[in-house]
Amino acid sequence: MSKQQAVPMIFNQVRQMNWPTLNQFLSATALPIVGIVVFLGLWSLMAKNIDTSLGSFPGPAAVWQQANVLVGEHNAQMDKADKFYERQDERNAVRVAKDPSYEPKIRNFTGAPTFFEQIWTSLYTVMVGFIVASLLAIPIGILCGLSKNAYTAINPLIQLFKPVSPLAWLPLVTMVVSAVYVSTDPMFSKSFITSAVTVSLCCLWPTLINTAVGVSSIDKDLLNVSKVLRLNAWSHVMKIVLPSSIPAIFTGLRLSLGIGWMVLIAAEMLAQNPGLGKFVWDEFQNGSSESLARIMVAVLTIGVIGFALDRLMLALQRKFSWDKSAVLR
Amino acid sequence: MSNKHHLELTQVGMDFPTPKGPFNALQDVNLRINKGEFISLIGHSGCGKSTVLNIVAGLYKATKGGVILDNQEVNEPGPERAVVFQNHSLLPWLSAYKNVELAVKQTQNGRSKKEMKEWVEHNLELVHMSHAADKLPAEISGGMKQRVGIARALAMEPKVLLMDEPFGALDALTRAHLQDSVMEIHAKLGNTVIMITHDVDEAVLLSDRIVMMTNGPAATIGEILPIELARPRNRIELADNPQYNHYRHEVLKFLYEKQRKVESVEEHRKKQSEQKSGATQINVA
Ligand SMILES: Nc1ncnc2c1ncn2[C@@H]1O[C@H](COP(=O)(O)OP(=O)(O)OP(=O)(O)O)[C@@H](O)[C@H]1O
Ligand SMILES: [Mg+2]
Repeated sequence: MSKQQAVPMIFNQVRQMNWPTLNQFLSATALPIVGIVVFLGLWSLMAKNIDTSLGSFPGPAAVWQQANVLVGEHNAQMDKADKFYERQDERNAVRVAKDPSYEPKIRNFTGAPTFFEQIWTSLYTVMVGFIVASLLAIPIGILCGLSKNAYTAINPLIQLFKPVSPLAWLPLVTMVVSAVYVSTDPMFSKSFITSAVTVSLCCLWPTLINTAVGVSSIDKDLLNVSKVLRLNAWSHVMKIVLPSSIPAIFTGLRLSLGIGWMVLIAAEMLAQNPGLGKFVWDEFQNGSSESLARIMVAVLTIGVIGFALDRLMLALQRKFSWDKSAVLR
Repeated sequence: MSNKHHLELTQVGMDFPTPKGPFNALQDVNLRINKGEFISLIGHSGCGKSTVLNIVAGLYKATKGGVILDNQEVNEPGPERAVVFQNHSLLPWLSAYKNVELAVKQTQNGRSKKEMKEWVEHNLELVHMSHAADKLPAEISGGMKQRVGIARALAMEPKVLLMDEPFGALDALTRAHLQDSVMEIHAKLGNTVIMITHDVDEAVLLSDRIVMMTNGPAATIGEILPIELARPRNRIELADNPQYNHYRHEVLKFLYEKQRKVESVEEHRKKQSEQKSGATQINVA
């Protein structure tokens, strides 16, 4: 084959094969980028024109700068902590050398939590609250779906508590935790328990309701299969009911986690419990010229984490769902 | 006690509770079935064939009369009366093998692990599905799903095999294949079979007796037609067998002269879908 012929052939291939993939690439990657760029442009335009008592509203550049500052602060704090422990070890080593019966004292470093430590606290709290709620909601949901009587009994409670803003619970939860959770060497801090319980209280409902609906709409033929096989109650739930309702349960779980994350931030702001919410509140109270940019970093972080949590649940759903044909988004 | 009959339906009647009061679907259904017999139930849509089958399966409780299998009253479902459902009803999250295995594990009959595995494989072999053992129901055709459904039922080693329009949803060619498979299996295992069908040829080809039901409400058995054709039966040879055509004619006469249907098909479909949606709804809002 001569060169002259080969070139048009490649051209043809490009035309025939690469255009569809290029189109896919455009819609899958380029369009979101266009969206983000337009957003950033509008943001910086608007930001210049908004004057607050703390100076003009931060644009993307200012926010980016503060994000770097927060990373720097975190690294500095970590260095400090390392040095603190080094010194402590040295001191202890010296004392043990002098007096072998001496029991070295280990103290924890107590610096103000950095932005990243606040993120970690929030993530940890939301996951604990969410998991506790799910462990309660899925079995109760299954019970409600299986038994009409259980459903009729529990339904009024669901309807009553579902619309209650979890923030209304917060004072009660705080007081109850303070009163009930008393120990000299607490494994968890009270503020952590309060936040986690508040998250749990609002993570319960979507999972519970979706599970109940999923369980009660199982194909009648499958229930008959279970009867013909004389599956006992446990196998019936594990082999028929649970797999059948996995898609519905995951729908509920995703809703719950999304709500839980939103509620946690609000609860942390309101109760001054450690976490991203407290970071936002502290910056607001602080009122320096960088505060707004730092809050904006937190806002974007909250969004990114919420998105990541949802993707995580989606990945889990894909893994556990037998219905591979279902469109999951 | 002498036991002439394997399976007996005596004065079976069924009233369904409806908002407008009880609906008398079945009345005075009497049927005696011998061991190893192949019985077809035929009748117009909505006459109560599924209801009879579900009563024998134990999924419905007859409001009058009762069913006795080997001197024991039937009052709950169980694997000795295995059901092949119209829509295969395989568990969609389990492979063909796992679907059959669930039934085998549940009805162990003292098998060891190895024997269970062999029994699952044996039953898949019986319906010619060994090649697709590891496929999910969504990955195989309708006919193949129905084969796996039959394998699952056979794996329970049932005394009676109950089939509710097992081939109703299949195309004619696939249906013929499955009919041959069922005849082959019946010849080999000698199970008692009750099969519901709408297909006259299918009924004559497969059955020892055809039970023809009158139209509801208060449906009952109209006529019973014994089919005395030698087995094994071959559909091509039978096509111009005068005896075979006589039987066909008898069934057609019963269905379209003696029991002409007044309700249109659309009306019936509508009724059934209303029933279905009513049964599964649960109000959450
Ligand atoms: N759960 C139920 N509640 C009320 N009525 C019912 C119920 N199940 C069946 N019926 C009624 O009993 C009659 C017999 O129903 P069945 O399902 O046994 O008919 P069928 O002969 O199997 O019909 P098809 O051939 O269409 O499957 C019908 O009129 C139906 O409407
Ligand atoms: Mg039916």
